[in-house]
Amino acid sequence: MIHFVVHEEGDGVGVVVVEGVKAGQSLAGWIMEDDKDVEIKAKSDIPIGHKVALRDYQPGDTVIKYGVDIGKVVKPIAKGEHLHVHNVKTKRW
Amino acid sequence: MDLSKATFRGYKRENGRIGVRNHVLILPVDDLSNAAAEAVANNIKGAIAIPHPYGRLQFGADLDLHFRTLIGTGCNPNVAAVVVICIEDGWAKKVADGIAATGKPVSYFGIEQHGDHDTILRASKAAKEYVQWASELRREERPLQDLWVSTKCGESDTTSGCGANPTVGNAFDKLYPHKVTLVFGETTELTGGEHLVAARCRTDEVRRKFQFVFDRYQAIIEKHKTSDLSDSQPTKGNIAGGLTTIEEKALGNIQKIGRKCMVDGVLDKAEMPTGTGLWFMDSSSAAAEMVTLCAASGFVVHFFPTGQGNVIGNPILPVIKLCANPRTVRTMGEHIDVDVTGLLRKEMTPDQAGDKLLECMFRTANGRLTAAEALGHREFVLTRLYESA
Repeated sequence: MIHFVVHEEGDGVGVVVVEGVKAGQSLAGWIMEDDKDVEIKAKSDIPIGHKVALRDYQPGDTVIKYGVDIGKVVKPIAKGEHLHVHNVKTKRW
Repeated sequence: MDLSKATFRGYKRENGRIGVRNHVLILPVDDLSNAAAEAVANNIKGAIAIPHPYGRLQFGADLDLHFRTLIGTGCNPNVAAVVVICIEDGWAKKVADGIAATGKPVSYFGIEQHGDHDTILRASKAAKEYVQWASELRREERPLQDLWVSTKCGESDTTSGCGANPTVGNAFDKLYPHKVTLVFGETTELTGGEHLVAARCRTDEVRRKFQFVFDRYQAIIEKHKTSDLSDSQPTKGNIAGGLTTIEEKALGNIQKIGRKCMVDGVLDKAEMPTGTGLWFMDSSSAAAEMVTLCAASGFVVHFFPTGQGNVIGNPILPVIKLCANPRTVRTMGEHIDVDVTGLLRKEMTPDQAGDKLLECMFRTANGRLTAAEALGHREFVLTRLYESA
């Protein structure tokens, strides 16, 4: 069973694609572009469609998805935590 | 899917364009004419009215866009014939003349000096003739390249970028070599990925035009913004679905143009393409505005990927919805034409998903109603550029 997908190798986030992911759960991931498997332990409850951090981040860090910059980190995020609007903001507007 | 000999069955119009629907349109030029237009469509079964809130005291480029959108909608090959209603004769004739250039039947009626009753009576008589005439038109077999296909996504979430949008991209990559006319747009929703679109422009001239309209739209955002636009772009629905920033949303959005198509030209809003290939239309990212502009530019089938479940349709352009989010497909299944949730379970390849969408495209072009058509979604939304005079 695939719990989350990653667009490509090197991306710093995965997208949860099942409902009901809970903190402490081991998640099986699939790197779509490279067809590789990856595993991570969730440190937050993460809703379907939301992102899980695949590495630790500090404020000012850049988040990479699709191999491209998707915004800046504004609060520390640990690997396995929920990464969203509460800790990441746009660099554009 | 081998598309080299692919055909569909459509209605050949007087100007040679091919439609996949056979609507008789009751077209109000302004807000004041909505009541009469809706009364005519109520009287004459099979006619369809498209009420809207604008058309008074507009001027300059905004008025030009209003006329271009109304005339383009009437000219769309999914429309067999048109009845135009306006508060007065002058602009009724202007819109009717624009549509008559296609050679299709069109009549116009002004309300002043007649009132609603007499206008509804006269317009209903014309509409009845058109509906009966159109009912005898027959579909004929046509090559794939006669089909014009548009795309725009809505209420996207992260599953759009990894499932539904790449499915459209796969289908576009398959249609492009067969000289199908294609369009995408959503200018501000490329923010963060604009360099990827610029890199796909076929010539420096196309790239220069693309960059010009992109920069122009960014200047509007900078001028009017009071925040980082969070909750507007990305929308509250996008954020609920897991999209965090405009950059992330844009990178998902851009998946719709596939990996091989080149951008062959740039269109203004509601402007008609002058050749085959993939066009970029400078447009709003709001779903109904963009789909309305696609219809006004002459597109006859629309691919609409959604994540959280946008329910949009259009009065004349069949909107095919596809979705990769299993929760949305479970809770809003009646709105989804193509389920590509298998992509995210690794049970379906992108190639299979693209083929599934193309199969639905052919069935839709041949006459099968989309979910949005069956559910009565007829959102017709005109784009405004600025205040009225």
